[in-house]
Amino acid sequence: MTIQGPPDDVTVTACPDGPLLVRGPATILGPDGEPVPRNRATVALCRCGGTAIPPWCDGTHKVNGYRSGPDAPAGDGGDHGGDAPRPRE
Amino acid sequence: MSTTPLPTDTAPLPEARPADPWRMPAPRPRGAVSEALLAALEGSPDDARLAPVTDALEEARIDGPDGPRVVLGEDAQLALLVLYELHYRGVDGVDDGWEWHPGLLALRSRLERPFEAALRARVPQPAWDGTPADAAGVAARLFALAAEDDGPSLSRYVAKKADAAQARELLALKSVYQLKEADPHTWAIPRLSGAPKAALVEIQADEYGGGRPGRMHAELFAQAMRGVGLDDSYGRYVDAVPAVSLVAVNTMSLLGLHRRLRGAIVGHLAAFEMTSSIPSRLYGNGFRRLGHDTDTTWYFDEHVEADAVHEQIAARDLAGRLVEQEPVLRDDVLWGAALCLAVEGDVAAHALERWQRGESALGRPLATA
Repeated sequence: MTIQGPPDDVTVTACPDGPLLVRGPATILGPDGEPVPRNRATVALCRCGGTAIPPWCDGTHKVNGYRSGPDAPAGDGGDHGGDAPRPRE
Repeated sequence: MSTTPLPTDTAPLPEARPADPWRMPAPRPRGAVSEALLAALEGSPDDARLAPVTDALEEARIDGPDGPRVVLGEDAQLALLVLYELHYRGVDGVDDGWEWHPGLLALRSRLERPFEAALRARVPQPAWDGTPADAAGVAARLFALAAEDDGPSLSRYVAKKADAAQARELLALKSVYQLKEADPHTWAIPRLSGAPKAALVEIQADEYGGGRPGRMHAELFAQAMRGVGLDDSYGRYVDAVPAVSLVAVNTMSLLGLHRRLRGAIVGHLAAFEMTSSIPSRLYGNGFRRLGHDTDTTWYFDEHVEADAVHEQIAARDLAGRLVEQEPVLRDDVLWGAALCLAVEGDVAAHALERWQRGESALGRPLATA
């Protein structure tokens, strides 16, 4: 899956033990390369692999024991913090 | 005369629609307090005659030591629902001028004091567990609180066992709130600032369909009601809904309409969202099992996806950032969340108990579809 969009307008928040929250005009492409229809301004992408409505989160991580691991250090200046991917130094 | 149980006559609900379909129809009284109140509201606020309501409250001993029990009964809960409804869409035949009538607000306050006391007795303040009270810590504590909730699962029953009549009852039972879904939490928006305010608006905008009226959650609920043969007009089933459901709705209005309780309404919303996505899938499965189409199950299918988003925003960006801004609200946020789990759990327990006995969960039977 690929997320495309102007980098300044799109944020991805990694929710501890939960999904990736995507805010902003990201186009989300399915395995066939076609855009997945988005029905809301902010979407949650499944990270635990257990969802019944991929690529979206359906809350299953709360019952299948998914753990996202330790948070990355804060202070990256992002609006929504968390352990969003960032370049290695 | 004091509070009475639900009316014992089993006449089906009348089919009449109110003159103004946007308003709640005037309900049938359930005792002396609601009877006096509804009679007073038929008059003009410029010529208010509230003494009979005051007398009825005194006779019900609303201010006495038993007040918290009395206020959870059918009569007082219906009176509170009517008083709160004046701040939403109004009550059919009731002058809008009553909304801010000082005498009527004073009466509401006499019901609200024992109501809040009853809720605090029902749901003790949950202890803070030593987690740092930052956004991440608050979110973790709220998710843990929701996960620990061991209330009975109405959604599991509906998924596997409910029959068609019980599925209709479920929607009727929920309709008093769901046809104004999200409205009580919207009261909190002007009471917040900065990050938590932005988070609440982000959630509420999605609840209201993101600018598309047909995707508004209350509209999707109305569509589900029509799908099972129910009348979707606002407040149509108020007379059928027992006190336990009115307590859940009035709790939201109490928390939403009092700025001092803004932490609690935020916690309530967080817990509501955290206990929605998985149960919504089960409800949807139940309605599919009963042969309903996607137009009818859309409401539940939408909540599977939407509330998995909302719970994350509500936990960290709304509740968590609010506690960072106003640390003094930490316990209120937690109490509001626990209160939501308790009062919604009481509704589930009531319905399950009745259905497992082969009885209706409503106070009055529904007219056949």
